[in-house]
Parts: sequence; C-alpha cells; structure tokens
Amino acid sequence: MSRTRDALIDPLFNNNPIALQVLGICSALAVTTKMDTAVVMSAAVVFVLLFSNLFVSLLRNQIPTNIRIIVQLTIIASLVIVVDQVLKAYLFEISKQLSVFVGLIITNCIIMGRAEAYAMQNPPGMSLIDGVGNGLGYGVILAGTALLRELFGSGSLFGVQLLALASEGGWYTPNGLMLLSPGAFFIIGFFIWALRTWKPEQVEQD
Amino acid sequence: MQGSVGYNLTFAAAICLVCAVVVSSSAVSLKERQQRNAAVDKQRSVLLAAGLASDNEGLSADEIATRFTPITQVVVDLASGEAAADVDPVGFDQRTAANDPARSRVAPENASRIMRLPNEALVYEVRDVSGRLDMVVLPVEGLGLWGTLYGFVALDGDLRTIRGLTFYEHKETPGLGGEVDNPRWKALWVGRLAFDQTLTPVITVIKGLAGPVADDPYSVDGLSGATITSRGVTNLLRFWLGPDGFEPYLTWLRESERTN
Repeated sequence: MSRTRDALIDPLFNNNPIALQVLGICSALAVTTKMDTAVVMSAAVVFVLLFSNLFVSLLRNQIPTNIRIIVQLTIIASLVIVVDQVLKAYLFEISKQLSVFVGLIITNCIIMGRAEAYAMQNPPGMSLIDGVGNGLGYGVILAGTALLRELFGSGSLFGVQLLALASEGGWYTPNGLMLLSPGAFFIIGFFIWALRTWKPEQVEQD
Repeated sequence: MQGSVGYNLTFAAAICLVCAVVVSSSAVSLKERQQRNAAVDKQRSVLLAAGLASDNEGLSADEIATRFTPITQVVVDLASGEAAADVDPVGFDQRTAANDPARSRVAPENASRIMRLPNEALVYEVRDVSGRLDMVVLPVEGLGLWGTLYGFVALDGDLRTIRGLTFYEHKETPGLGGEVDNPRWKALWVGRLAFDQTLTPVITVIKGLAGPVADDPYSVDGLSGATITSRGVTNLLRFWLGPDGFEPYLTWLRESERTN
C-alpha cells in the first residue's frame, strides 16, 4: 500500500518533474500567465500521462525493444490529438489561449520520461498511479506559478479582479515582468530554492 | 519470435492502425461541434466590433444568434465593390476563398504581408427599420509581430467614423501586443475617424497617447512595449480601407445610400 502511496505522492515534492528533474519547463513558462489556462493544461497533462503510462505498461512485454521509443511516441501523440480535439469542442475559449501548447504536450519530456523510465518496467496499476502522480507534480508547480503570475501580473485570479488596478482608478500597479516568460523563470527558480531548503537531500553535490 | 523483423513490422502496423482509428474517430465525431464553436466565436467578434456585445458578457450561442438577427451578411466583389449576388453568404469562408487560386489573386505588395486577396469578401451590414445603413462591419487581417491578426472593424453609417475594432485571432505576446484584446484599448477606437476629408485612410496607432477624439480624430494610443503590433494594426487598417481593400465597396455603398 505504501508503495502505491509513494508512487502518487513522491512526484509532488520529493521527486517533482519540474522542480527536481527540471523537465517540462517550456510549457510551464508559456501557459502560466493565467490560472485557468494553467489548470486546464495540467488536467490535459494528467490525462495524457495517465493513459500513456497505462497503455505502454499494458504493452510493455509486447513492445519490441528496438522500436519502443517510436511506439511510445505514437501512443502519446494519439492521446494528445484526442485531448486537443476535445478541448476545441468543449472548452473553445481556453483552447484558443493554449493554442500550440496542447499539441506540444507530445514533446513534454515528462511524458516520454515516465513511459520509458517507469511504465516499461512496472505493472499497469502502478504505472497508472505513477502517471497521475507525475501529472499532479507538474500541475502543482504550474498552478503555483500561475497563482503568483496572475495575481501580481494582472491583479486577478481565474479572471476575477482581486486587486484594483491603478489604470482603472485603484491602487495596484501590475508588475509587467510577471506576464513575461522571465517572470516564470524567477518564480520556478524560487520554488526550487524553497523546496531544496525544505528538503536538503535534493541539493546536488558538486 | 520477438525481435524479428516480421514481428516488429506487424507490431508497428497494429499500433498505427489502432491509433489512427482513435484519432480519426475523435476528430470526425467532434468536428461539427468545433466548427459551430468557431462560427459562434466569429459572430461574437462581429458583435464586439459593432458594439452590440461587450467583452465581459459570457454570451451563450443562442444569445449571440439573437443579437445577430439585425445583421445582414453580404458577399461583395472586392474589385468592383458591388454585392456579389450569385454567392451565398451562408457557408462563405473568406480565408478558404483567399487560398483558392480560382477565387483569388496575388495581392499587390503591402506592409501587412497579405499574399493573396480573395475576389469576394464577406461583410456585415446593420440597417435600421427604414433600411438606412447604420453600420458596416468589415473583416481585416494583417501581420503583427508573431503572426497574422484577424479581426473586424465597424464603421458608422457615415462610412468615416469607427464604431469599434476587435481581433478574434492573433499570436501577439500576452501583456504586450496581446493587449489588442484589452477592452480599454479597444474602447479608444470608438468615434475616431478612419478617413480624412479626401477619403484617404489615415487612422494611425501612434507612439504614446492620442488626444481626445475632438482634437485628435485620426490617432489612437500606441500599445506600450508593442511597437511592431501597433504598427501592424495601422498597416492592416490602411490596407483594408484602401484601394486594394474595401475602398470600391465603400464608394459603391456611399453612392447607393445617396440615391436611396
């Protein structure tokens, strides 16, 4: 039981795909200017990771070793296209804002990484949980980054104005840096710093 | 068995087949919904440009359809400016037309990097009960910083005053060029004059702040940090309101309104 729990909880803080492995940074910068895009993107990644891990694990004894990477990629790409189609049909506004980044989930190293490193060696049940755990680990950082970026960059959360903007007669002058990619770099950097202060075993020895 | 070339090929073919079926069935089954979404989104931007809806209204598809009832869609021949009576506006897609060699021509060199011009364009006319022209909404497009901006500009019945401008598709940087979506910036356009006395399109997105409408009717505030996007908006408006764009149609409209 504790192994199952570890597979789910470990990727959140102990072995976070973004903060420790520093994977999936590209989309973490691109979709975190607003909470709603970050949350939808995280949900899409959780979905893709869950099913790619499940299918790769189910086929792990059948997949020929010398073409395994392209087989994993085919499975992942198909799942991503399905997610993209569903978003366009049911969440049109948000899919417009996420634009190419849904398609780029295919190139997100976290997904290939988990398929190759975990699902190829472990049974389907555990692989599925590992997929959800890593997806959530990605989502936690995305949501945290988007929270700070939207709050300080636009003075709102989920599009609801919380801080009265100076340009509309309020008191808060938004920090434009937060809306640009470097802002996300700084925030993720601070997250990694905080995490490694809390868990010193994550610090690399040189 | 496993590891042989035959097994690898069979396995690869089977995976491809299964994935192809999944992908194509999701694409086909959701296509209708997606097209409806895109059509509704476009109608919403026409309403936004025309000032018949505002950005923070979460309008449903039905409400959009209701508000769209006073609007007539007209396909116009760009070169002659007259309504192309033989083309059905329902289902007419200007972008498809622009990419069809049979229905388009090479555009003259322009700052908006428009490569092909469709022979016909889809415009939206709003008339009051007596049939007098109240407003006309024209589709515009042109290069910004990262890609093409697609939008609509609404002109008042006098065919000089801008009633609104909105973009429904662009790739500009959020927070900088992406501020073309900012309702406060879009509100600055209302009442500005697109054309000077000689009917030349002179509207400009300037660097810095424009004066009030009465003193400075041909200028609009620039977007700070987005010089190229601002310039792109100026270019695309001047192109589409100019001789290669809707000038013939607007001339034709002026004359037909005068005789009515």
